[in-house]
Formats: sequence, structure tokens, C-alpha cells
Amino acid sequence: MSVKANLSPSEKRLPEATVDLDAIEAGTSLWQDAWHRLKKNHLALISFWVLIFMGVFCFIGPFLSPHDYRSNDLEKTLLSPSLQHPFGTDDLGRDQLTRVMVGGRVSLGVGIIATTVSLLIGITYGATAAYIGGKVDAAMMRVVDVLYALPFTIFVILLMTIFERSIVLLFIVIGAVEWLTMARIVRGQVLSLKKQEFVEAAVSLGYSTRRIILRHIIPNVLGVVVVYATLTVPAVMLLESFLSFLGLGVQPPMPSWGSLIKLGADNIQLFPYLLIIPALFFSVTLFSLNFLGDGLRDALDPKSSKD
Amino acid sequence: MPILEVKDLKTYFHTRNGVVRAVDGVSFSVSRGETLGIVGESGSGKSVSCYSLLGLIPQPPGRIEGGQAILDGKVDLLSASEKTLQGIRGKKISMIFQDPMTSLNPYLRVSTQLIEALRIHEKLSKKEALARAIKSLEEVGITEASTRIQFYPHEFSGGMRQRVMIAMSMITHPELLIADEPTTALDVTVQAQILELIRERQRANNSAVILITHDLGVVAGMCDRINVMYAGKIVESGTADDIFKNAQHPYTVALQRSIPSLGSKGKPLYTIPGLPPDLSRPIPGDAFALREGITSGGKWDNTPPPLRQVSDTHWVRESDVILPPLEEVLDG
Amino acid sequence: MLKFILRRIAQSVLVIFVIITVTFFMVRFAPGDPFSAERKMPEHIKQRLMEHYGLDQPLMVQYGNYLGQLLKGDLGPSFTETRSVNQILKASFPVSLELGGWALLIALCIGLPVGITAAVFRNSFADYFPMAMAMIGICLPTFVLGPILALVFGVWLGWFNVSGWFIPADRVLPALTIGLVYAAFIARITRGGMLEILSQDFIRTAKAKGVPFIRIIVLHTLKGGLLPVISFLGPALAGIISGSFVVETIFQIPGMGREFVSSAFDRDYTLVLGTVILYAVLITAANLLVDIVQVILNPRLRFEDS
Repeated sequence: MSVKANLSPSEKRLPEATVDLDAIEAGTSLWQDAWHRLKKNHLALISFWVLIFMGVFCFIGPFLSPHDYRSNDLEKTLLSPSLQHPFGTDDLGRDQLTRVMVGGRVSLGVGIIATTVSLLIGITYGATAAYIGGKVDAAMMRVVDVLYALPFTIFVILLMTIFERSIVLLFIVIGAVEWLTMARIVRGQVLSLKKQEFVEAAVSLGYSTRRIILRHIIPNVLGVVVVYATLTVPAVMLLESFLSFLGLGVQPPMPSWGSLIKLGADNIQLFPYLLIIPALFFSVTLFSLNFLGDGLRDALDPKSSKD
Repeated sequence: MPILEVKDLKTYFHTRNGVVRAVDGVSFSVSRGETLGIVGESGSGKSVSCYSLLGLIPQPPGRIEGGQAILDGKVDLLSASEKTLQGIRGKKISMIFQDPMTSLNPYLRVSTQLIEALRIHEKLSKKEALARAIKSLEEVGITEASTRIQFYPHEFSGGMRQRVMIAMSMITHPELLIADEPTTALDVTVQAQILELIRERQRANNSAVILITHDLGVVAGMCDRINVMYAGKIVESGTADDIFKNAQHPYTVALQRSIPSLGSKGKPLYTIPGLPPDLSRPIPGDAFALREGITSGGKWDNTPPPLRQVSDTHWVRESDVILPPLEEVLDG
Repeated sequence: MLKFILRRIAQSVLVIFVIITVTFFMVRFAPGDPFSAERKMPEHIKQRLMEHYGLDQPLMVQYGNYLGQLLKGDLGPSFTETRSVNQILKASFPVSLELGGWALLIALCIGLPVGITAAVFRNSFADYFPMAMAMIGICLPTFVLGPILALVFGVWLGWFNVSGWFIPADRVLPALTIGLVYAAFIARITRGGMLEILSQDFIRTAKAKGVPFIRIIVLHTLKGGLLPVISFLGPALAGIISGSFVVETIFQIPGMGREFVSSAFDRDYTLVLGTVILYAVLITAANLLVDIVQVILNPRLRFEDS
């Protein structure tokens, strides 16, 4: 009996195996593609517009409000919603609508800035480890492993109680917690990209290192970074609000959604709207960020999508 | 009487991009002791037609649109209830899959997986089943079977795993064994052993075997009869002699030409030009004629070509595709 | 495998030691001392207090003394309460343990079946609806869900007390608050893990053997499909602990979480240290256990290591 080792030619034919360098080369087409896919994802698109609204509401709203978020009016404490105070007033007679806007500004602001901090640390660390490789890489990742094992919320609470509570400390502390995952992701991406066919193809075509990094590695890592950043913002906001809820985050009179929820939680028996309104804003924002992040992931990397 | 008789099987996949007619009116039969080869390139519907028989097509998107598959002259597999099918799978019809690396459950011991069919279908006690399982491992040439039966799949090599798969599928002495590319994922040196083993187990059980492959070399040595499939349809069917010595359909001829022979060193390899057609669009006529770089007379452009009987055993689908002469291709 | 376990244990001990050391020095280097927060006290009394607690000695000596005590299982006296740290933790730990236990039970009892059903009946209503709910659950942090549950079931419906930890019914709302959030995580992770396994070739093999549907799920899929859930249990425990900080504050529960937050506010050094150490041991032990269980359940890992 003869068994031949060969595949029939038709089996050898793999139309996808040819590397479409042009598509990768034109970095924009990746993003255009992603945008087209994102537009088809209604949930992500709605989330995108909700977030735009939240941004306008929180960052521009306070300038349009006739009330100041700090001005107490002890004669007008804990008013129910009215025309003059659409969300009512809090225990010190401050306009709740304005405080929700400013609280959102703080929460979103911390979310964005602390995420940026964590991104910078994480990308630098992860890319360095992957780039140098070998023992340095192993040692650097070992450090990340050990840090991962530490109960971080507890340390964050410790730091926030021990040192002078300030918003800058908040950025640093949260950024310091969140960079670990980013470092791992970036390292993994760079390592796998280094080995991938299209990079090898680019190398064999004689492209310069700089060109490979600029045109091939960065655009591809960028996708993952954008997705992960979108998902880090809600995580950071969660941590900030968690601390503010415990009274360890931003300090009065500055509000954040977390401290507003805390005030509402303390007064649920009589004034439930103090809880419901900030909780609603906070949750809707978190939803939108998560949905947008998921949508971006599906759009940027169709292969990794869950279905 | 044939053990299995398939008539006009149609399996379509309803995808977002349209209805893919993966198997479009396939008929064949196979008897005890006989080996039927089904040959074709990827996407020709050879695997889907066999998976359809056992209800292994994911539904949705797949759907069996029509046809019959009569087992033993009694049960129609295509219309049988899930419960009936469960009783047939692994008992009367067994399967061997392409990749032994992924077809065995890595989380379970080989013993658990081997005795499963016996416990379910023959209601044997654990002890009896284990004894049978050890015997079946020995039959496929695994030494120290009583120790190694306690191993996990990853502790075996690829060829050994495929032996385990064969032992597993033959343990209930099935009437029909369907082997889906059983040697494709294996080393060349192991391929022949595995094929020989399948044939040996087939003789021992007097089973029927359906061998699905893209490798004409494999069917040549193994099969009594061969079906050549293209784009969801059988284009030629006959005994090994009919197919290899008297091929009628241009696709069969092209497939044979594309087997590199030992003496062909230095000569260019023959490849079939173009790609198989997109099955999500209806094909009005001869699917092979749609292939780019192939010329046809145009007679079957818009009418489905019928099957023509060549001899008692040999059937071929009409086609007026003209293959370029071999010398011309090789020179060019 | 034994080598792996021993290595992991050694690693865990190191992690705990690092945590103790870092916490000790962090607390000691902090500006202010436990006696400055309260009302002003005469200098000589403060002096005597510092001496009493050994705070006048050099830092390294304090550190050495503390480690020595720790080995004997003594966490020292509390700075702000008359009870010792051991006594405080002895009273509050069981409360938190009970809360966490119920929460974990709720999370698993809801999350696992929902996730498995969603994966098995993928792309049907049994998948879409629970997964949408899970998405909501993940986005709702404990400090939002807790007050809302208290508002709806405590204030509006009046089924439960809004706060306190006295009768068995008082366990319901706090445990639900933490449990539901983690049920959502577990449901999503379970679904993902199950889908991964269900798409494998060996599931088709099992089906081709005539294995009944239920047996395919239970025997062939669960073992691999639940591995991600097991590895999530480590982080989940850490999360339940930080959830307890919030929930114990909201519902006024005399547990370790509230004790930790208030001791941090009061700069009660020894109490802070004691709580952190206990948490660290718990979390590290959980991670260790999870790793070991994983190696036992996944034969491939076991093989690689031996």
C-alpha cells in the first residue's frame, strides 16, 4: 500500500496566508475599519453619545449653573426637588444639581488622569521588559507578579489615611495600582507582535527597524491600549468613588459621585432622591464606559470578540 | 444489503452571508466489510455529509434540508430522534477524527474516555468495561496497556493518541466506522501504521468503513469504492480501478495529475487552477466549470449536469470542461 | 507537584513578610501619632504613654519587638481601645467571616448555574437576559447596590432592617449586596469558560460516542470549563474583603472591615497592622489554595511540573 506524504495542491492553497502588508501599512484603514464596525454596534454607539453628554454636563454644566457647589444655605437644607433646585439641596443647603455636575467632573477627571498615569507607567514598563527580554524581562515581570499578590485596596486605604489626603495623592495611588495589568498586556502584545508573520515579513522585505516599530508595532499595540484604557477608566472611577464613599477620597467641600452616594446612603430613610440621582449618573457612566470598551475591543480586534 | 444507504442528502448552513449549500444532494451506500472513500478538497462537503449522518452538525446554523440515511434497512438517521441517535452513536456507528491532539479530552484519564461507550451502550460494570478497554488498547498495539490506560491524553504521542482514538471507536464493535482524515495530522511514518490498523480492526469486526480524505494516495491503497466530491456534489463514483484507471470527470483527472510522483523530481508540480466556488450563491450548472482558468464547452453552464452511468459500478457527472493537456501545463 | 506546592508556600510566606514590613514602616513613618488626633494631652502623660507602648525606642528595635510578638501570635495592645488587638479581631473576625461566607455562597449559587445555562443555551433568551443582568451587576459597585437594596427592601418594602447585625434576617441584605456583584462576575467567567470548552473537538468526540447531553456537560465540560472560575476565587476573596469595608459601614455591622476603616482613621497603629496582617494571610492563603487546586484539576499543568 502506498501512502503519499504530499497534500494535494488544492490543500496547499491558502488564500489568507499571503500577508496583506498594504492594509497594515496604511495604518488608517485599521481605524477606519474599526470605526465602521463600531458604528454597527448600537449599544457602543449609544454609550459613546451618553459619554459625550456626561462630559458636557459635568465639565460645562457648572459654569452655566446659577449656584455654587460650595455655598451653604442653612435655611434651605434638604429641600425636595423644585424648579429652583431640580435635584433638591443637600444637608448644608447646597444645590444638588450643581454638586452632581461638579462631582462628575471630579470622578471623570480622576478617572481620565489616573488612567493616563497608569498607562504611562504600564506602557513604559511593559514595553521595556519586552524589548530588553531575557533575564531583565523575567525579573521585571516577577516584580509585577509579587505586586499583584498584594492586597491593594488595603494599601490604598492605608496610604490615603496616613498621608495628607489630596487629589494629587489620589491620582498617584490609583495610578500605581492600575499600571500592573497594563504592563502585562503591553509586554504580551509586543512579544507576540515581535514573532508575528507580518513583522517577519516586513523584516524580510528589508524595512528598517524604525519603520517596523512606527508603522507596524505601534498601531497594533495602540488598539489594545485604547481598549484597555477605556476599560480602565471605569475601574479607576470605581476605586475613587469607593474611597470617597469611605471618606478617604476627595475631601469636602469638593464632591465626587462617591461622596454624594455616601451622603445619599446616610439619608435614605427620608431623602431617597439624594441617593438615587448620583447613583444613576454614576452607574450610567460606568455602563457606557464598559459597553464602549467592549465595543471597541470587538471593533479593533474582530477575532477576539466573544461570539 | 448495504449497512448504510444515503439518498439525496442535503445539508445547508444558514449564515449571515447567505445559505451555504455545503452538501447538495449526495447519495451513496456502504456494506459490511467494505471501505468507501470520499475524496475532495477542503470545503467540498465530504466531512459535512458524514457529520450530518450522526447529527453532529451544529444546528443552527446548519440544517439538514432533505434526504434519507437508512441504517441497517431500518432507521432513518436524518429523521431519527436525538435519543435514537444517541443509542446509535458510538454503538453502531463510530467516528475517528482528524486531530488526535484535540479530539481526546485532556481533563479526563484515557480509561474514563475508553470505557464510556461501553458503560453507556452495553451497561457493563466498571470492572468488565476496564478489562475490555485494556484489551482494546492491546489490540491497537499499545504495550503495557493496563498501566497506560490510567494516563492522561497528553502523556501519549500523536500517533499513540490516534491509536487510542481507534481503540475507543472500535471498542463497541460498531457496524460502521467513519474515519475523518485520520492520518492528516500525523507524521508520514505513522500514517501507514494507522491506516493498516484501521484495516486490521475492520477485518476483525467485519465493519464497514467510510474514509474521508483529501489524499488520493490514501484511498488508493485502502478503498474498495471511491466517491469524488466537488462543491457539495459527487462528481464521480466507482471502484478504485474505475477511478484510477478510467477516470472520466475532469476534476478526478486533475486530482490525479496533482499527485507528485517519485520520478517527477525537477519537474514542476501540477496544480488545479483557480479556487472552488463560493457555495453561498446558487450554482446553476457545472460547478467545476466556474473555476478560474478552466475552459468549458458551455453546455452545462445553466443546467445542472446529470450523472451518467459508465459501467455497472462506475458513475460520472456530465462535464464538458476541457483540461489543458498535461505536457502543456508542465512546460508552462 | 510537591515541589511546586512547596515553592508556592515559600513564596506566600515571603509575600506576607513583605506586607508586614511595608505596613509597619508605612504606619510608623506617617506624620502624626495616635495621641495627637485626640484632644491635647499634657506632654509628660504623652511621654509616659509612648514609653508604655514602646514607641520611644529606636524604630528597628520596635520592628524587632513587633515581629517577636507576632511569632507568639500576639498582635499587641490597641492604642485607642482598652481591648487588645487580639480581642478586637477575635470579636469582629467571625462576623466578617460569616458575611463573606454568605456572600460567596450567594455568588456561587447564582453565578455558576446562570453562567452554565447561558453557555449551554447560547444565543437564546437564557443567554441574553442573564448576561445583560450580569453586565448591570458588574457595573453596580457595592456602595451603590447596598444603599439601593436598603432603600427598596428596607425602607420602602420594610422587609428587613436597614442596619444592624442582630437577627438572622439582618444577614440578607449585606450578603446579597456583595454576593450579587460577584455572582455577576462569576456568571460571565463561567459562561466564557464553558463556551471555550464546548467548542473543543473533544466535545464532538464525546457526542459521537453517544454520550448523553447531560453527561457531556457534567463530565466532559465542567472540569475544564470551571477552571477560570477557580482562578477567579482568589481575586474574588480580596474583592469581597474590600466590599465588606463598604457594606459593614452601610449596614452598621460590627465586623473587621469597619474596624479596619475606623482604625485607619484613628491612626490606631497596632490595630491597623493587625488587621492588615490578618487580611494578608487570608488573601495569600486563598491564592495559594486556588493555585494548588488548579494544578490538581488540570492534568496538563500537573504533568509539566513533575
